Amino acid sequence: MTTHYLVLSGLLFAIGAMGVLIRRNAIVVFMCVELMLNACNLAFVTFSRQVGNLEGQIIAFFVMVVAAAEVVVGLAIIVTIFRTRRSASVDDANLLKY
Amino acid sequence: MESQVAEIVQHTGGAIGNAWLMIAFPLVGAFILLVFNRFTNRWGHLLGVAMSLASFVVAVLAFFELIGFGEEERRRAVHLYEFIPGMVDMGLLIDPLSICFALLITGVGSLIHIYSIGYMAHDEHRRRFFSYLNLFVAAMLLLVLADNYVGLFIGWEGVGLASYLLIGFWQFKPSAATAAKKAFVVNRVGDLGLLVGMFVIWTTFGTLTFQGLAEKITPGTQNGTMLAIGLLLLLGACGKSAQLPLQSWLLDAMEGPTPVSALIHAATMVTAGVYLVVRSGAFFFPEGSGAALAVAIVGAVTLLAGAIIGCAKDDIKKGLAGSTMSQIGYMMLGAGLGPAGYAFAIGHLITHGFFKADMFLGAGSVMHGMNDEVDMRKYGALRKAMPITYVTFMIGYLAIIGFPLLSGYFTKDGIIETAVHHQPILGWLAVIGAGVTGFYMSRMIFMTFFGEKRWADDAHPHESPLVMTVPLMILSLGAIGLGGWLVLGGTLYKFLIPAVGGNINEVPHFDFFSTPGLVTLALVAVGVVFAWMRYGRVAVPSVQPRGNFLTTFARRDLYGDALNESLFMRPGQWLTRLAVFFDNRGIDGVVNGLAAGIGGSSGRLRRIQTGFARSYALSILIGAALLTGALLFVGNI
Repeated sequence: MTTHYLVLSGLLFAIGAMGVLIRRNAIVVFMCVELMLNACNLAFVTFSRQVGNLEGQIIAFFVMVVAAAEVVVGLAIIVTIFRTRRSASVDDANLLKY
Repeated sequence: MESQVAEIVQHTGGAIGNAWLMIAFPLVGAFILLVFNRFTNRWGHLLGVAMSLASFVVAVLAFFELIGFGEEERRRAVHLYEFIPGMVDMGLLIDPLSICFALLITGVGSLIHIYSIGYMAHDEHRRRFFSYLNLFVAAMLLLVLADNYVGLFIGWEGVGLASYLLIGFWQFKPSAATAAKKAFVVNRVGDLGLLVGMFVIWTTFGTLTFQGLAEKITPGTQNGTMLAIGLLLLLGACGKSAQLPLQSWLLDAMEGPTPVSALIHAATMVTAGVYLVVRSGAFFFPEGSGAALAVAIVGAVTLLAGAIIGCAKDDIKKGLAGSTMSQIGYMMLGAGLGPAGYAFAIGHLITHGFFKADMFLGAGSVMHGMNDEVDMRKYGALRKAMPITYVTFMIGYLAIIGFPLLSGYFTKDGIIETAVHHQPILGWLAVIGAGVTGFYMSRMIFMTFFGEKRWADDAHPHESPLVMTVPLMILSLGAIGLGGWLVLGGTLYKFLIPAVGGNINEVPHFDFFSTPGLVTLALVAVGVVFAWMRYGRVAVPSVQPRGNFLTTFARRDLYGDALNESLFMRPGQWLTRLAVFFDNRGIDGVVNGLAAGIGGSSGRLRRIQTGFARSYALSILIGAALLTGALLFVGNI
């Protein structure tokens, strides 16, 4: 059983990572990041069940809290960038470079 | 029996106990004039003269106190203070030798001070000039009065500094600035000899005081170390006294104001080398040693070289400078002959101090009346225009060529006869030198005071003011009588015995009709007649004629400068150029290349920062994957 959960978790993580790497829309990239976080959460919870203690589930809650905070800050940034540049593409926001 | 140098007696109180005042007076004068700067402009020259005269008074008082003692007690040491603990205490040594120098330096020096009031009257930096003159006198007095080599060396360097400042006094003239630098550099070469000589003395004997050395050295000791010390000290003496091979600075030193030339050539500076040799004579230049022979040879060669240079110079001051070289050569020759020669060397030094100062100041007086013209081809017939200068210069002239019964006759003849007796070859060279002296000095007289007027159009020669001519008169009195007084009956010889050694029963008897003396007189007469035929009977061209290769040889200072340039200056410049090349291409290349390499590679490396968030994300992913892979790999081992 554990294996299925872990495979699912790996698949979700891979999909999220690929989304982060190939999609340009900041909102989609953001959702992919959430996907990766939740893939991790799934792995934590799976191992928690298998090992039989609650630490993995507690960590999953922490991750959710961090993800919520991240959403608050991240969305604010994305909205601000969109307001000034009329674009939500992550490739357009590339001023901070050499 | 050979009487040895007397013991040194400790002394306190009296004029001798306060002999440091001799040095302090001019030093304070120089200090006040330099520190209070232009506030002292109006009376600065008077202060300078007063300080020099005060020093002279102390010297005279010390002299009379000294001759009040018995002969064996005439070496008085005065302890001043602990200088370098455990090594040397500063003290003064007042003995017949140093008091002779002190009297000459302060006496002639004071006359030159007085003369300078008139000569520098129109110079806006007269006050600065007097401060340097005072510094010069103070340094020279420290040199001759110190009772150890360290004090002597401090005075030695002080003299070098003061001469640098004074030769380059008109430093706005590039030639004067160059001449000052040259004098300084050439003197450094000599100073190196003196310094290394002192090091060797210290390591060998563990003391640098004259008293300490007298206790440790058995008179007449000769070995390799002593010879090395002697030759090193001789190198130092050559530098200060402008002897071959370090003679080249002296002729250029004429760029300074004329009183400076008189001070350097007559009373101070160039006499320091003779002093060093005579003072160290009992230790490192014993009669018949190799070092003493080297001194005599250097003296003989220089006296001829200086005389030959003097023959070809049209610049009156350079002619006199060549003559100084030559006369100091006589003194060195005398100083290389042991105690018998010392008295004549010192005697000649004193009389030369008078007649050379007389002639230099006379030349200054001529220049003063001729708008600072120095070319003798632009002079002629000046005897009517400046009678006092003419008469005093003539006395100096007759003294230097050794006209019978004048000062130079006794002292120079004494050196020649002693030299013929001890070192016949060098002695006869000195005889020939005397003949050449007769020629070049007569040439100077004929070109300057006789013949036709060859003056520049705007020249209005006039006699100089009394403040300049009175010192001339006093100096010419010395040029007349001093030599006879010092030499006849061996006055100076007997006086110097406690300080330099000698034998009271073998006082050299002055022989008026000795063979060398008569030959010398004959040669001098030939020289004078020859000069009259070339420059008196026929008109002197007012433009320098081409001259044959011998004349050119002498005009170029015997190619001394050319030799120095090709042997030392050029290779030195090549060395510096090589160093610069190595620095630019080698060391700078490595450093600059390293910097450029880092700069260039970082310029390429920073292109990685593209600003695209997704590419950063990719590198994070790759990094994480690699890290995970590595951990798995390590975990499996």
